[in-house]
Amino acid sequence: MNLRRDVFQAIADPTRRAILLLVASQTMTAGAIASNFDTARPTVSKHLQILTECELLEQEQNGREVYYHINAKKMKEVADFIEPFRQMWDDRFNKLEAIMKNYKPEK
Amino acid sequence: MERKTKINAENGKQELVITREFDLPVELLFKAYEEPEIVEQWMGTKVLKLENKRHGSYQFETSDPGGNVVFKANGTIHEFVRDQKITRTFEMENTPFAVQLEFLEFEKLTDDTSKLTMQIVYKSVELRDQTLKLPFAQGINWAHNRLQEIVNKLK
Repeated sequence: MNLRRDVFQAIADPTRRAILLLVASQTMTAGAIASNFDTARPTVSKHLQILTECELLEQEQNGREVYYHINAKKMKEVADFIEPFRQMWDDRFNKLEAIMKNYKPEK
Repeated sequence: MERKTKINAENGKQELVITREFDLPVELLFKAYEEPEIVEQWMGTKVLKLENKRHGSYQFETSDPGGNVVFKANGTIHEFVRDQKITRTFEMENTPFAVQLEFLEFEKLTDDTSKLTMQIVYKSVELRDQTLKLPFAQGINWAHNRLQEIVNKLK
């Protein structure tokens, strides 16, 4: 497995998470994104490349500029990854609650 | 839909926190962790051993309807303070998953409500993420198996 294309690896980096948050509100050029960070421009480009490779970001050529926007479908997929795990615990706890509501202590 | 159970899994960390508020007094919530017969009911597993004390240990086992053991887990109890906390390890046997450390905190909110905070520490970030994905992967497997059943019926 190519770790770089693993979305969980991608969002594990704080700069990449910041980029996602930034681009979530509006479509932006690489330059505009980089201007929000103290990090060197090539480093930001590398982050953008990784985010694009794992499809969290999508590129769009507009004239001479490349614009980045968020891939909502992929973002949702990542969020949903944890959902079955949460659901499993929620089911268990719902059961626990129901059982204990009917619990009669032995006197 | 109200989401009572919350999972907080910060990216890049080898731990996660599960929180849940219950419409139960903290004493009843704790009892559900203390009594083997009750643990069996809500965890859906057989409790072979449950020694609720420091240096105590526990063992769970689940069988399929055919009687084959499909899940075995065990752990050691480090702290056991009634209505307050349980500190223990948890290990799934015969799996590549390493032992994990669990801190369970039981909190009284009101006379009739309580809160459970379960902090789980994994050996590595990768193992935590794999564990998180496990039910997701199982879901896919089940969907796949169901599909396979349907396909088999078409033949």
